[in-house]
Amino acid sequence: MSFSWSGAAAQLTELVLAILLAPLLLGWVNQCRAWLQNKGGPGVLRPYLMLRRLFAKDAIVAHGASPLFRVVPYVLFGAMSMAAAIVPTLGTDLPYAPAADAIALVGILALARVAIALAAMDIGTAFGSLGARREMMVGFLAEPALLMVLFTASLISQTTSLATTVETLSSRELAIYPSLAFAGVAFTMVSLAENARIPIDNPATHLELTMIHEAMILEYSGRHLALVEWAASLKLFVYSCIGIALFFPFGIAQGGDATGLLLALPALVLKLAIGGFLLALIETLSAKLRIFRAPEFLGTAFILAVLALLLHAFLETP
Amino acid sequence: MTALLTPALVGQIINVFAAVLLLVSFAMLAQRRILSLIDLFAAQGFVLCLSTAFVAWATGQTHLYWSAGLTFVLKVLLLPWILHRLIRRLNVKWDVETLINIPTTMLVGLVLVIFAFNLAQPVSELAGTVTRGTLGIALAAVLLAFLMMITRSKAVPQVIGFLAMENGLFFAATAATYGMPMVVELGIALDVLVGVIILGVFFFQIRERFDSLDIRHLEKLKEE
Amino acid sequence: MNSSPLGLTLAIAVAWLALGALGLIAPRRLRFVAHVLFPLGAVLAAALAVVALGAIAAPPHVYVAPLGLPDLPFHFRMDALSAFFLLLLGAVAAGVSVFAAGYIRPGEGTAPGLQCLWYHLFLASMAFVLVADDAYGFMVAWESMAVSSFFLVTSDHRQAEIRRAGYLYLLIAHVGAISILLCFGVLQGGTNDYTFGAMRAVKLAPFWATVAFLLALAGFGAKAGILPLHVWLPEAHPAAPSPVSALMSAVMLKTAIYGLLRVTFDLLHTQIWWWGVVALAVGLATAIFGVVFSAVQNDMKRLLAYSSIENIGFIVVGFGLTVTFAAYGMSALAALALTATLYHCLNHAYFKSLLFLATGSVLHATRERALGKLGGLIHRMPWVAWLALVGALATAGLPPLNGFVSEWLLLQAFLFTPDLPDGYLNMLVPVAAAAIALAAALSAYVMVKFYGVVFLGQPREEKLAEAHDPGIAERIGLVWLAAGCVALGILPVQVIRLIDFVSGPLVGKTLSEATARSHWMFLAPIDPQRASYSPLLFVVGLVVVTLAAWFAVRRFYHGRVRRAPPWDCGFPLLNARMQDTAEGFGQPVRVVFDPFFRVERELPTPADAAPRYGVKVEDPLWYWLYLPIARVVERLTGFVTVLQRGRISVYLMYSFATLLVLLFLVR
Repeated sequence: MSFSWSGAAAQLTELVLAILLAPLLLGWVNQCRAWLQNKGGPGVLRPYLMLRRLFAKDAIVAHGASPLFRVVPYVLFGAMSMAAAIVPTLGTDLPYAPAADAIALVGILALARVAIALAAMDIGTAFGSLGARREMMVGFLAEPALLMVLFTASLISQTTSLATTVETLSSRELAIYPSLAFAGVAFTMVSLAENARIPIDNPATHLELTMIHEAMILEYSGRHLALVEWAASLKLFVYSCIGIALFFPFGIAQGGDATGLLLALPALVLKLAIGGFLLALIETLSAKLRIFRAPEFLGTAFILAVLALLLHAFLETP
Repeated sequence: MTALLTPALVGQIINVFAAVLLLVSFAMLAQRRILSLIDLFAAQGFVLCLSTAFVAWATGQTHLYWSAGLTFVLKVLLLPWILHRLIRRLNVKWDVETLINIPTTMLVGLVLVIFAFNLAQPVSELAGTVTRGTLGIALAAVLLAFLMMITRSKAVPQVIGFLAMENGLFFAATAATYGMPMVVELGIALDVLVGVIILGVFFFQIRERFDSLDIRHLEKLKEE
Repeated sequence: MNSSPLGLTLAIAVAWLALGALGLIAPRRLRFVAHVLFPLGAVLAAALAVVALGAIAAPPHVYVAPLGLPDLPFHFRMDALSAFFLLLLGAVAAGVSVFAAGYIRPGEGTAPGLQCLWYHLFLASMAFVLVADDAYGFMVAWESMAVSSFFLVTSDHRQAEIRRAGYLYLLIAHVGAISILLCFGVLQGGTNDYTFGAMRAVKLAPFWATVAFLLALAGFGAKAGILPLHVWLPEAHPAAPSPVSALMSAVMLKTAIYGLLRVTFDLLHTQIWWWGVVALAVGLATAIFGVVFSAVQNDMKRLLAYSSIENIGFIVVGFGLTVTFAAYGMSALAALALTATLYHCLNHAYFKSLLFLATGSVLHATRERALGKLGGLIHRMPWVAWLALVGALATAGLPPLNGFVSEWLLLQAFLFTPDLPDGYLNMLVPVAAAAIALAAALSAYVMVKFYGVVFLGQPREEKLAEAHDPGIAERIGLVWLAAGCVALGILPVQVIRLIDFVSGPLVGKTLSEATARSHWMFLAPIDPQRASYSPLLFVVGLVVVTLAAWFAVRRFYHGRVRRAPPWDCGFPLLNARMQDTAEGFGQPVRVVFDPFFRVERELPTPADAAPRYGVKVEDPLWYWLYLPIARVVERLTGFVTVLQRGRISVYLMYSFATLLVLLFLVR
C-alpha cells in the first residue's frame, strides 16, 4: 500500500469530478436520444436545472414513512460516490483502492439496490412493492453476470484490484483477448438492465405498471428525489467508467503525475461522449421487453459472462 | 507488413474470429425471430469468409482465397436469399417456438461448450498449426447448431441449424488444418445446396398436408 | 479438575447440567427460571467463550475421565479446532440465553423448568461433542444433543404438526447417527481401539478412506441439512420456540460441520481430490435449492430455515474447495478456503440467530407467524426492527457487515482455482463460482422480502397496532448478536489471526504470513497487490460522504418536510391489503425457477359460488425420494408383522425356541 499526498489529491479530484460530471452524461444521453428521434431535445444541461429546482422544494413525505425512508437517499448517494471513488476514471494511483476491490464494488452496488428496494417497500403501496420486487428480480440476475465479467478481467490481470487491472490491461502489448469480447457483450447487457434503460425499463415512462426503477422512487420529492436522481446518474457514470476501464483503458494515466491526469481528462470525456451516443443508439433501436422476458435477457448475459470465463481458461492460459 | 504478424498475433486474431463465431452461434440459439436468425446465419458466413481470407493471407496458401470467395457467394448472398424467398412464399409466422424454454437451452449449450473444450484439449496440443486452439470452438459451434436443430419446433430453423453445422465444420477445417482439398470443398458445397433444395420441396409438401410447418404435426404420421 | 482450558470447559458443561437439574426441581416457578437460571446460563456461556478464546492458541490438552465403559473411558481433548467451535457456541449461546430469559413464558405446552432442563442439557451436550476424543463419548454426547433438541422442538406438543415435525427430525437425526457410527467403525481400521488418538495413527487404504469420508458426509450432512437429507430443517426450525431455533440453526448445524472437519482433516491422514468435487457439487445444489425455496415461503421461520440450508450449502462448498486444494498439495490455497469456511460458520451463527430471535419477538408481540398478516412493525417495535435490519443486511452479504467478508474470502478462493492441474476441474470450478454468486444475489432478494414484508409498509391486520417492543433481557440479547455482526464485519484481520491457529494444524499452512506483512486494517489474504479489502476504511468513507451530503444539503438548502398521503394513482380506496403479499413478492422467483418446484394450484371454475385461488409450493424431493422410501419400508415391515400373533402362547413359544437353539449352540 503506497500512500502519497499527490495520490490522495488526485483521488479527491476524481471523486468530485465524477459527482459533478454525472448529470452531464445523463443529459448527453437524453439529448442524443432526442436527436435520433428527430426532436429538438431538452439540452445537455437540463439535469442540472432539474437538480437545482428539486433541491429548492419542500420534501413531501408520506404519512406512513419511517426514518429509513428519509435516510436512504443519502445512503444511496454516499454508496454511489464510493463506487465512483473505486473505479479508475482518470488515473490508476488511487490510495483508496486497497479499501475495496472489484468484489466490494459489486457489493456496494448491491447495497445501494437493497437500500432503495427497502425504501420502496416502506410506504406500503402497491407501486412501491411492485418496483422493489422487479428491481430485485433484475438485480439477482444482473449482479452475478457483472461479477463474472469482473472475474474475467481479474483472471486476465491476476488481481481483483481495479486499479491494478487497468494498469495491466492497458500496458500489455497489443494483445487481443476474445474472452474480453464476450465479457464486453455481457457487460453491455448488464449495464442496460442495471441503469434502467430500454430494453429492460423505460426511463421516460409515466405508466406505473411498466416501471421498474421509477416505481421505487414514486414517493420521493424535493431534495430526496434530487439525491436519488443524482445517485442514478452517478450509477450510469460508474458503469460507463467500468466499461471504459476494462475494455478501452488506453488514455488512463498510469501513476499519479499531474500531466498524465490532465491528458486523461479529454480522453475520458471523448470516450464517455461516444459511449453515451452508442447507448442512445441502442435504446432507439430496441423495444422494451415484457417483464418476464427480462430474465431471459439477463440469463443470456449471465451465460455469456460464464462463457467468457471458460474461453479464458481454454484459449488464453497455456 | 507480414513481418508485423508474429505467429502469436496471428493466433490471437484467429482466436478473435473463433470467439465471434461462437458468439454468433449462441445468439442463434437464443434468437426467437426467424428473420433475425437468417441474418445471423449470414453474419456467421461473413465471419467465416473473413477468417478464411485472413488465414490465406497470413500463411500464404492461395487456394484458401478461392474458398473464402465461394463461402461469401454461397453463404452470405445465395443461401440467405433463398431462405428469405422461402419464408415469404411459405408465409411463416415471425416468432419461433422452442420445445424447451430459452434459458434452459442456453444452460445445455453451456454444458456442451465445456464438453467440447475438454474434448478438444488433447487434440489441439498435438496439432502443429498456429490455430490449434480453435478446434474446440469449432466443435462447440457444431454441437450448438445440432442443439438448435433439436430444440426448434418449426422446420425452417432446423434447416438453418443444419447449415450452421456445416459452417462449424468448415471453420474447423480451415482453422486447424489449413483447408480441405478443393474437390472435397466443392463436393460439400454442392451437397448442402442440393439438401436445401430438397428440404424446400419437403416444406411445401408438409404445409400442404398439415397447413402448418410445425413439425410436431409429423407425429400424427406414426402408427397407433 | 485442574484449571486448564479443558478442565474449565468441562466444569462449565457440568454447571449447565446442574442448572438444568435445578430447573427440573422447580418446574413451574417462572420467575426463578427466567430471572436466575437462564441468566446464569448466559454468564456461563460467556465464560466458555473467554476460555475458548484463550485455548485457541494453546497446544492440545487431553484428559481422561473416570466415566464411561470399562475399557473405554471418556477421553476429552481440546485443540484449536474444538476451541474455535466452543468459542462460537459460547458467544452465541450467551446472547440467546439472555434473550430466552425474557422470552420464556408459561402456557406454551411445556413448563418453564422443564424447558430449562432440556435447554441446558442441549448446551452441555454440544460442548461435550466438541471436546470428545473417543467414538463412544462422541456418540453419547451426539445422541443426548439429538434427544434434548427433540424435546425442545416439541415444546408445544399439543399441536399435531409440531409433533410430526419432531418425529421427522428425530428420524433423520438417527439415520445420520447410524452413518456416523459406521464411519467410526471404519476409521478404527481393525485396531479395535475407538479413541480418536488411535484413529489418527491408522493409515487406511484409499478405498476404506473413501468409504469413511462418504459415511461422514452422509451422517454429518444429515445433521447439517444438506440435500437430500434436509427435509427435517424446514419443519423442525419453525416448530421449535425461537431461542431454540436460533441455537439449532446457529450452533447445532455447526457441530455437524465440526464433525466433518474433524474426520476429514484430523482423523483421515490424506484427502483424495474427488471427495472435494463431491462436496462442492452437494454444497452447490444445497445452496441454490435453499435460497430458491426460501424466496417462495410465506411463513417467517420457514423462510429463515431454508436460508440456513443455503448457508450450510456455502459452508460445504468452502469445505469441498479446501479438500480439493489440500489433495493437490496447494496448502496456502487450502488455508484460504478453510478460512472462508470457518469464517462463514461464525458469521452465520451470529446473523441467523439474530434473525430468529427477532422473529421470536415478533411472534410474541403479534401472535402471527404468517408473513401475510404482518407489516409496518418498524413503527411499533423499533428496537427489534433496527436490529433485525442489521441481521438482514448481514444475511444478504452486503458490505461492510460480516456476511460479505466470508463471501469475499470464498470468491477469492475460487479465483485461484484455474491453477488446479486437472483440465475439467479448472474449467468447472469457475462455473461453480457463478452459481455461488447467483445464490448470494438471491439471498439479498430473500432478505428484502423478509424485512420489507414484516417490518416495512403498512400493517396488514388491525391487531398489529397492539404490538410493542420486548423487554430489557430480549433487547440485550439482540444487541449482543447485532454487535457481533458488526464487529466481525469490521475487524476481519483479527478474526483471521484466530482462525489461523485452526487452519495450521489441519492443512499445514496459515494465512498469517501474508496477513503479518500487511497492515492491520487491510484484509489481504494472499498478497496486497492481488486483492485487498478494508471494511473499516469502507465504512468510514461511506459515513463521511453520507454525512457530507447531508450537511451540504442542509446548509445550502433547507430541511423542511411536509406530510401527505401516498400516491394512489387516482384510486381513493387504497388499503393495506393492496401491498405485496409474501407470495406476490416471491412470484418472480417462482416463475424464473419453475422446474425446481412442485406447485399445486387451486383454481376456481366459473360455476363456483365462492371462488378461491390457492397456490401451494412444495418440496419435490419429499415426493420423489422420501414418500417412495417410506412406502417401501412400510411394505417390508408388513412382512415382519406376520410374527405378531397376539397370543401369549405363541410369544412363549418364540422364547422357548430361542432357548433351545442357544442351548444347542453352546453345548
